[in-house]
Order: sequence, then structure tokens, then C-alpha cells
Amino acid sequence: MAQMSYREALNLALREEMDRDERVFIMGEEVGYFGGAFKVTDGLLAIFGEKRVRDTPISELTLVGAGVGAAMGGLRPIVELMTVNFGLLAMDQIVNHAAKIHYMFGGQAKVPLVIRAPQGGGHQLGAQHSQSLEAYFLHCPGLRVAIPAMPADAKGLLKTAIRDENPVVFLEHESLYSVKGEVPEDEDYLVPFGKANILRPGSDATIVSYSKCVHDALKAAEELEERGIDVEVIDLRTLNPLDIDTVVESVKKTGAVVVVYEGWRTGGAGAEIASRIYEAAFDSLDAPIERVASLDVPMPYNRYLEAAALPKVEDIVRAVERVV
Amino acid sequence: MALEREKHLAERSLLTLTETELQDMYRMMVLIRRFEDKVAEMYMRGKITGFCHLYAGEEAVAVGAIRALYDKDYVVSTYREHGHCLAKGASPKRVMAELFGKATGVSRGRGGSMHLFDAELRFMGGYAIVGGGLPLAAGLGLSIQYKEEPEIVCCFFGDGAIPQGAFHETLNLASLWKLPVVFICENNFYGMGTLTQRAICQQELYRFAQPYNIPGVRVDGMDVLEVYAATVEAAAHAREGHGPYLIEAVTYRFRGHSMSDPAEYRSKREERIWQERDPIKRFRRRLIERRISAATLDQIDREVDAEIEEAVRFADESPDPDVSEVTKYVYVDA
Ligand SMILES: Cc1ncc(C[n+]2csc(CCOP(=O)(O)OP(=O)(O)O)c2C)c(N)n1
Ligand SMILES: [Mg+2]
Repeated sequence: MAQMSYREALNLALREEMDRDERVFIMGEEVGYFGGAFKVTDGLLAIFGEKRVRDTPISELTLVGAGVGAAMGGLRPIVELMTVNFGLLAMDQIVNHAAKIHYMFGGQAKVPLVIRAPQGGGHQLGAQHSQSLEAYFLHCPGLRVAIPAMPADAKGLLKTAIRDENPVVFLEHESLYSVKGEVPEDEDYLVPFGKANILRPGSDATIVSYSKCVHDALKAAEELEERGIDVEVIDLRTLNPLDIDTVVESVKKTGAVVVVYEGWRTGGAGAEIASRIYEAAFDSLDAPIERVASLDVPMPYNRYLEAAALPKVEDIVRAVERVV
Repeated sequence: MALEREKHLAERSLLTLTETELQDMYRMMVLIRRFEDKVAEMYMRGKITGFCHLYAGEEAVAVGAIRALYDKDYVVSTYREHGHCLAKGASPKRVMAELFGKATGVSRGRGGSMHLFDAELRFMGGYAIVGGGLPLAAGLGLSIQYKEEPEIVCCFFGDGAIPQGAFHETLNLASLWKLPVVFICENNFYGMGTLTQRAICQQELYRFAQPYNIPGVRVDGMDVLEVYAATVEAAAHAREGHGPYLIEAVTYRFRGHSMSDPAEYRSKREERIWQERDPIKRFRRRLIERRISAATLDQIDREVDAEIEEAVRFADESPDPDVSEVTKYVYVDA
């Protein structure tokens, strides 16, 4: 174990996997000489050279499409989107191509591609730089969606993503890069897809979350503890596959659920998670499921407006108080 | 229309290709034509459904280009890809079965007319998003370059893809990285019913090569030897590490855009003019004049007819995919 940041954990995963497998390479805007817009790929160019750490033009559609083609050609590409917002220009290649190719050709081709994308708000970057778009990818069969909250999971999930045979959308929250934690240095440290992590056991209510909101949920749980409410916090870690079993088991114990996520409230991942809980554990619920999410607005610039649009610790606390 | 040089190279091919090679080219063109005629018939009879875009009239492009490739070169295509898939060597039986939606089809009945695939033949798929195949072709080219393999990629697309961002992004990237990709634009003057004059700012489509610093040529896409000769040059260029190449093959589809299009936006006169340039008839005349007897070619025609009948029988008798397997292939099993 070593203390390192989420960013360093991702960097380590990339380094280890590129060391392990010649076919693994990374390409994206500014991943090489600049070291990555968020410095995740810092230092990789010096180690692996231009062939395997490839700066690209600002052509998201073709960048992702070339990743798909390279994967079909037997390589294991990692495409870094500078942020998920720009990934919208590549939706055709992600949804119409990457996600379809294995199925539509009757299993003859596979696309072992990882698309990494920073996302999320909270830095006053305005409407076009602050989105959390996991629901778009979650909606589409054929894609995997990994979305780590903790440095150790950042490493372990990214390594799993790189070794997976399917296209994986790997979403990193921009506020998490500097968050530190214990990370296993073991080169075979893999976190499996579809296994949620119970970060804090509790008996009164279940908070289901992922990505940056997991940290808010943990803070809310501490506050609630002071008020005598014992909260279980579950980090889903991947949205596809979705480990609904772990959630349902928790709900059967607590009877109360709050789903917390940073995407827009309407049509967000929380809607899917809540539906699955209703389908599997309706009788165990003592109150309707609450969702704490972003307001349905384009992200405003002004700091007070932005704070009002994003989910906050106190929103989670209040939601839990309503359901218990 | 074509430059003298292209005509000259085509003439040379007529002399340098062996008799067997010329016969094979003729056979494949006839095969595609009769296959498509049969597909139209089967569509009318309800055996084939969904969107179905026929390649009749454009055979010289697929056959000329693919004949110039090595077996292990990749081909990427569009939704109008029956011809490319057959020319790459796919079994007419299994292509027909795919159109019938059968389990024995090249895509196991999951793809249909627009999504043929044959991994073994390196036919890397028909894609129904206009321009969608170009980035994939660049990526396959990258995989070849990365692994230092001797292959190239041949990517077919219509004139309709020229105004797509994917075309411009891909040509820039492929040129920048010197990817071994031969881009072949099948200019049949229409994207569905819209004339290229009404969609593209430049009618000489091969000129789009120039801003991307790559060679571009226009060839007569109704002349299989001209397409062949140009692709030989383009493939050598790509294979030798000089990067991509753009070929504009001027051609014409003899039928509507799809099976549901009566093509009322085109004049009968225009259709007649192009029918007179029928690539199969022209090639046949030329072969008889110069290299191969009419009797030999007639024999090929008969063999093809039998093969098509066999393909239909196979498709008809094949089972549908098992409905219990509808979710198979969404993910690669771990
Ligand atoms: C991105 C996209 N937009 C629109 C369509 C609908 N569409 C299907 S074929 C076609 C025309 C394409 O023409 P062209 O590329 O010239 O190919 P051709 O049919 O002539 O072979 C259109 C607009 C599509 N499939 N994909
Ligand atoms: Mg066209």
C-alpha cells in the first residue's frame, strides 16, 4: 500500500498496463508533451515514447473511431477525451459503432477499447464544461461504465477496464484527482466490474452513490451519526454492470434509500437505480426512495448559482432524514 | 473524364493480367449483378426485409479495387456493401442467408443487408452511418502501422460522406500519421435523391485530397481495369509507408437508392446514358475483342446463375437464429 492521489493511481495503472502489454497504448488531445489536460498521463511519454503515447488533433469523432478500429485490429487502445463534454462529438462512434460492433456482426469482432473522460462540475467552468453524462452511456447496451470514487478503485478499475474485451467508458470526476488514499502497489491489483463497495455499514438508511458524491455521502453519514442515524454508504464503482444485489441486500436491512449522483436529476442514473430497487425490494421500503442530484439546469457560472445547482452534503442529510 | 494516364494504365492491365485473373474479375462482376437482381426478386417476395441498397451498376468499383489488394488487406464499407463483401471472397450463400436474416448468415442474422462482416476474410463490416466507417479504417490502419505489418486498409464510402466531419477529420489524421489506408469514394452523383451539386461545394471530389496533402485521382468507375490500375498504385503507395490515398470512382447505381425508392428524381434519359456504359457489358466486349472467347464468358454466366440459385436455396433452407439467444453478443463473455 502507498498513499497516493486518484490522479497518481490512474497514472500508475496506465504505466503498469503499458508495461505488461505491448498492445496497450494511449491517445488523446494533449496526453503526450503536455502530460494530459489533468496531468493523468504525466511522464508516460518519456517512458513509452510517441508511438504509445500519442498526441492527437482536436478530432474527437475520429479519435474515438480510430480507437475502435485499432481495437478491432488487435490493439488495446485507451482514448483520453479531454473532458466528457467534448466526447459528445464522438457519440456516433461510441454509440453507433463501439457499442454495436460485437453484436451486429454476430460476435465476430470485438472492441477492447477504453474511453477515459474527466467530468463533473464545481469549478465554475460554466454550462459546457461541467456536465456529468454517465446516464448517456449507461443507457446504451454494449458499453461498460466504470466510475471510481476512490484512488484504489481508480487504479483497480482502470486496470480491469484495459483488460476487458468490451468497450469501457471510464469516467473520472475532475474534483477527485487530488484526493488521496491508500492504493495497493501490487501489479495485479484488479477491482472487478459489477461489485459495489460498502464503504460504511449502517442499519437505518442506505445511501447509494458513485464518483465524487460518494465523498459527500460519507460526510453526510458522519453528520447523521451525530444525530443518531446509522447510515450505510454504498459506492457502486461501476454502473454497467450494476451490482443491484448488494444494494438490495442493504435495503432489506435498512428499509430506506437515498440515491446520490451529480448528473441531472431527470433521466439520470439515479432513476434506473431507484427503479431496480423498487422492482427487487418494494416490500422492504418504509418510504419512497429519494434522489439527490443536480438541478435540471445548464450549469451556471456564478459560484452561488453553481452551488445551488449541485447536490450538497446538507441535501443528502435532509433526504436521509425524510426517509428514515 | 478520366485522365489519359488512367486510360493508359487500364489498357496495360488488360495485357498484363492473366486470363484467369480477367475471367475471375468478369465472373465476380456478373456474380454481383445477378446476386443483386436476385436480391431484388427475393425482396419483392418478402424473403428479404428492412433497408436494402443494391450495388448494380457499380460492380467495377468493388471488383477492380479489391482485385488490387492482398488477401490479408482489410476492407471497410457502407450499407451498400453486398458487392464489396462478395468481391472480398464471401460466400454468396452466407451473404444471401444474412439478407434472409438466417443463423447461417455472415453476421449470424444479427446484421442484415447493411451489416455484413467476415472476420476471416478481413471484410471489416458494412456501416449504416454515412461516414462512420472512415475513422474505423484509420484505426485499422493504425493497428497495422503499430504492429509493423505489411497490410493496408481499403475504405469505401459514397459521395454523401464527403461533407461529413468524419471524412475531413479522418483524412487529416490519416495523412498526419501516414496511415496505410486507400480511401475510395464511389461517386454515383446522388446521396439518396440529392445531387452532389446540391450537397458539395466541389464536384471533382478527388480534389479533396489536396488540402490533406495526399494524392487523389479520379477514375472511370464504370471501367473495372481503370479502377484496378489506380488501386494498384494507391495500394503500393500506402503499403510502402507513404500514407493514405484518395480515389474517386465515378459510377452510377442502376436502381433506386434502396428497394423502396423508385428514383423519380432522375430522368429516364440520364439512366439510359449510364446504362449504355454498363461496366459488365463494356468489360465483356473488351475481353472478347482482345483476350477471351464469348463461349468462355457465356459458360461463366451459366455457372454464376447456378451459384445464385444455390445461394437462395441455402438461405431459404437455413434456420432462423434461436430467439433464446437474442441477448447473446451484447458483450464479449469473460
Ligand atoms: C449520418 C447519416 N445521415 C443520414 C443517413 C440517411 N442516409 C442513408 S444513405 C444516405 C445517402 C448517402 O449517399 P452516398 O454516401 O452518396 O451513398 P450511396 O447511397 O450513393 O451509395 C443517407 C442520407 C445515414 N444513414 N447516416
Ligand atoms: Mg452516392
